[in-house]
Amino acid sequence: MGGFILRRLLATIPVMLVVAIVVFLLLHLSPGDPAAIIAGDNATDADIARVRATLGLDRPLIEQFLLWLGALLHGDFGRSVFNQLPVWGLVTQRMEPTLALATMTMGFSILIALPLGVIAAWKAGTWIDHLIMGVAVLAFSAPVFLIGYGEVYEFSRVWHLLPVQGYTPIGQDLAGWFLHLVQPAIALGLVFAALLARMTRSTMLDVLNEDYIRTARAKGLGSRAVLLRHALRNAAVPIVTTIGLGIALLIGGVVVTESVFAIPGIGRLTIEAVTQRDYPVIQGVILIASLVYVLINLAIDVAYAFLDPRIRY
Amino acid sequence: MKTLRRHPRIVFAGALLLILVLLSLAAPVIAPFDPLKLDVAHRLRPPSAEHWFGTDAYGRDVLSRTLWGGRISLVIAVAVAVFATGIGTLIGLVAGYFRAMDAVLMRVMDGLMAIPGILLAVAMLSLSKASVRTVIIAIMIPEIPRVVRLVRAVVLSLREQTFVQGAITAGTRTPAILFRHILPNALTPISVQATYIAASAVLIEAYLGFLGVGTPPEIPSWGNIIAEGRNFILLAIWAVLFPGLFLGTMVLAINVLGDGIRDMLDPRIARRL
Repeated sequence: MGGFILRRLLATIPVMLVVAIVVFLLLHLSPGDPAAIIAGDNATDADIARVRATLGLDRPLIEQFLLWLGALLHGDFGRSVFNQLPVWGLVTQRMEPTLALATMTMGFSILIALPLGVIAAWKAGTWIDHLIMGVAVLAFSAPVFLIGYGEVYEFSRVWHLLPVQGYTPIGQDLAGWFLHLVQPAIALGLVFAALLARMTRSTMLDVLNEDYIRTARAKGLGSRAVLLRHALRNAAVPIVTTIGLGIALLIGGVVVTESVFAIPGIGRLTIEAVTQRDYPVIQGVILIASLVYVLINLAIDVAYAFLDPRIRY
Repeated sequence: MKTLRRHPRIVFAGALLLILVLLSLAAPVIAPFDPLKLDVAHRLRPPSAEHWFGTDAYGRDVLSRTLWGGRISLVIAVAVAVFATGIGTLIGLVAGYFRAMDAVLMRVMDGLMAIPGILLAVAMLSLSKASVRTVIIAIMIPEIPRVVRLVRAVVLSLREQTFVQGAITAGTRTPAILFRHILPNALTPISVQATYIAASAVLIEAYLGFLGVGTPPEIPSWGNIIAEGRNFILLAIWAVLFPGLFLGTMVLAINVLGDGIRDMLDPRIARRL
């Protein structure tokens, strides 16, 4: 057990190292001069020279990388070009709305996708399956902003039911916080739920083809007992694992959704950073988002190692 | 013909896609207006006999812009699908066949997969001058690892099979084994994956345009038409609605086509993707 967790923990190191190398090389292999990019658009030649000297951009590439990586390991993600503030602080400041939206979307999606996916697999090949999967492919193909603007238009303008856009911090007004998140969570949740329903169905189908399901049926168990006690319990691990992998897509969707609903989260921070050509902030967002993704998947794997003694990779 | 009749989904999605492709290709001929021509006197006009899809904030004809925008989406869909599957297949063959390369290549792929694709694309585009080419590269790179994992998995299972082992024993050169014995057996899942990548590329182009980092504004694309229209959404929903519907329809057609081909070619992999 301890050995598995340690090995799984160590396996995240090369993954994060690759992320860091990619982010580093992106800047240093891009056509422009990294010092000029980091110094920003309004920088004078003197500014650029100063940036080059302080960041050591005149040194060999490998030395620069090790310096930068060393700083990262000490929690130093660099400073914004735009307002000189530490990137770590800028990102964590904007974390709450993004986490709130992602969590709510995830909850909403799981709530509708799991039962639908299970039913579609159970009734595979029937009109129920075709209907569910038909709706899923429709929602899966819909652009998030189209659903989002459709909602804004219907709910807020025509019916005056929900706040149009923006975000209220959870500590400030709980009801307002919730109401502001309903629309974006539904917009993104429909797309994400469609993805989850497809994955749930395929995982369930795999399990339903297993020998022990046939045995359970052969010994005369009712279909509900087979489905709930045998199939679902065994499908849970792969389903949750695929949900964990889907988080990378969820983060991408959050970036777009924040933009539709004017939610001041990480996605908006990224876009602001792009318009200000603030590469250190973009770099920090990618590193932190990837770290969150890797850690969530680590937590899922470790949790299952506790729950299911068969899992030892 | 008979096979197709048994798969009405493929026929339907294929026909829909064909219509969209033809409309886009014919844009220079059938578009009623110049997609870039400003006409401030007729800005934000609702749909009418003259402007079927209305006009945008600069008085440009939304129908003409939507048709021209389809061309960009098509180019990006095809280019991303071809390059991502091509490069991904090569890396996947190498990783699956040569044990020594496997660990290193797969760690790199794991790392790339840990970065949310849209963020990686945004970062790449923030560093280079926006053009159709840079947008293609930015969308393509995050798609590669998925292809690599798929191809590698197929190669790993095939290399132990008798026909491959036999070829190795018979002294067949490695490239011939890879391309003549293994690759043809991997083509079905690869082509299905390529379809899904094409659909996702169309969607991501629109997302990047929407976020303001995609295809430059002087080339109308569904992404940047919607990005410009969003500021006037309550005044002129048509400037977002029509290109959005075209976009959604194209993505849907490609996805349904992918599902259909997948089920037709091999019901066994149907559930794996």
